[in-house]
Amino acid sequence: MTNLIALSPLDLAIICIYFAFVLYIGYYLKDRASTGEDFFLAGREMTAWVAGLSFLSANLGSLELMGWAAAAYQYGILSVHWYWIGAIPAMLFLGIVMMPFYYISKTHSVPGYLQLRFGEPSRLLSATTFAFMTVLMSGINMYSMALVMKVVLGWDINFSIWVSSITVAVYVALGGLRSAIFNEVLQFFLIWFGAMLIPILGLVESGGFTGLKARIIANLGSDSYTHAWSTLGSFNDNPMGIHWTGIVLGLGWVISFGYWTTDFLVVQRVLAAKDLRSAKMAPIIGAAFKMMVPFIVILPGLLGLAVLPFKLTGEAEALATGGHSYNEVLPLMLARYCGPGLMGLGITALIAGFMSGMAGNVSAFATVWTYDIYRALMKKDASDAHYVSMGRWCTILGVLVSIGTAYLVMQFQSIMDYVQALFSFFIAPLFGTVILGMLWKRATPAGGFWGLLSGTLGSIAMWAWVKADPSAIRYIALSPNAKDMAENMYRGLWSWIICVAVTVAVSYLTKPKTDAELKGLVYGCTDIPGEQNVPLIQRPAFWAVAVSVVFFALNIIFW
Amino acid sequence: MHSDSGISIWFFIGSLLTIYGVLILGYGLYSLAAPPSRPPVLAELHADIWWGAVLLVLGLAYSFTHSPRKKS
Repeated sequence: MTNLIALSPLDLAIICIYFAFVLYIGYYLKDRASTGEDFFLAGREMTAWVAGLSFLSANLGSLELMGWAAAAYQYGILSVHWYWIGAIPAMLFLGIVMMPFYYISKTHSVPGYLQLRFGEPSRLLSATTFAFMTVLMSGINMYSMALVMKVVLGWDINFSIWVSSITVAVYVALGGLRSAIFNEVLQFFLIWFGAMLIPILGLVESGGFTGLKARIIANLGSDSYTHAWSTLGSFNDNPMGIHWTGIVLGLGWVISFGYWTTDFLVVQRVLAAKDLRSAKMAPIIGAAFKMMVPFIVILPGLLGLAVLPFKLTGEAEALATGGHSYNEVLPLMLARYCGPGLMGLGITALIAGFMSGMAGNVSAFATVWTYDIYRALMKKDASDAHYVSMGRWCTILGVLVSIGTAYLVMQFQSIMDYVQALFSFFIAPLFGTVILGMLWKRATPAGGFWGLLSGTLGSIAMWAWVKADPSAIRYIALSPNAKDMAENMYRGLWSWIICVAVTVAVSYLTKPKTDAELKGLVYGCTDIPGEQNVPLIQRPAFWAVAVSVVFFALNIIFW
Repeated sequence: MHSDSGISIWFFIGSLLTIYGVLILGYGLYSLAAPPSRPPVLAELHADIWWGAVLLVLGLAYSFTHSPRKKS
């Protein structure tokens, strides 16, 4: 089989220069990562822009880039909801409402916040599930990148996995979170500059968005691929088989708030901000750019539907027929428009996306392991230097475990689906626990712990029930025709409700903490510094409103 | 991040974009003289020339405004 793309020496040079740069940044920053505060929190000195861009970059992993371009090819513009309603409201809420509590409590992690608010058991439960999930997810990301590199460039899968992940291990272990963040900002720029030509040239070729729509209708005989909302009135009218209530309640509420406000992978970047106003601004800046990401991810997928002369299929069928799978749509479009040089830049963008996601995973893993598991359970009072060295080793360990996961996934592809499901077990109930902890001072330590535990177990039980008896989906997802996606969303919603109900019930039966103990942790017991003397243009709330206006406008334009 | 003597992240970004700009713009100009044997779609727009130029200009702008020699 010939490779899809042949790289010229110029392309290889561009890729090598990129690797040299990220390694140099790690090496350059190594002397500034000697204390725990430096290594795990980047010295808490990031400006709002740096924290905001790295916040977004850590989320732009390879699954995010290539996976959603593939989804756009498969399901059309509906995929945009994962970037708009599935992200923007939650990111703004994190910035305006939740960030003050994370930041003022001086915690170093989300499980760390739970320890301050609800005590040790809640912390251990969320820390172990988070550490476990994070390395698994990182391995899956690694595998999906290596697979595309193999199909597209003919690179050996082992070569892709080891070279890119050892690079990440080196620069994160040397410079800690600061190095991860600096590289994420660099990667952010590369992702945009490498990928942006695809939609620009694609729109030129297809004659603007109107021409694009006309071509898709001509190719597929349906206009449901280019409407974001108008086809969601019924399960059967749109390519995804989903109803608008699933999108709004399941995705827009539980899944997205759970991910954006409690996943430590993203929250860690904002904790590194230099002051409270920067910490509030960072998610808002991230949200502004998140809204624009569909331009380089969703649009190329739609353009693939419009201009590619052949049809893409699922992974299994592509392997059997020697065709191309959905997952290759982004590199295929890249190959269509980019000659030598630009091609190297585009491939660099894909590698950069993978590395930023991976660095996010391992730096978050190292922090949670060192502070919330190792220090809490095994060695309570070691020196700061000891924990920093533990953090360095954990970074390397995290990368090795991820590599192991990648090989496991290679052997047993179905693990991929299981892990996606596993992820949803933990994230939705955790959001219930954190939000009650922050906004309701009556919530007690026992309430928090039992709520989190029962929400998680409830989620696992619902998943097992549908596995054992597929017809049970009519109870979980309220419809016998619901697809996996809808099942995940409804399961998230139920487990969140279980978590909240149990937390409230147990809290009323147990003794609350006093106001003094909750100072700096809960709404109503915390002095949040006012912003009276800050000009309007510098206020986070002002920019949050501006982002919301654009958000509504975009949804109406692509209705 | 400008508070200490370290190199600003924006300088790193500027220099990387500058290098890429030179390489891509350079190849774009070269390919005017020697067109590739299998040109991509829309090769007549010469995306590498203007995209390379954009990278170069932005890269230089970032490199100068955040140069470690400037005390800011």
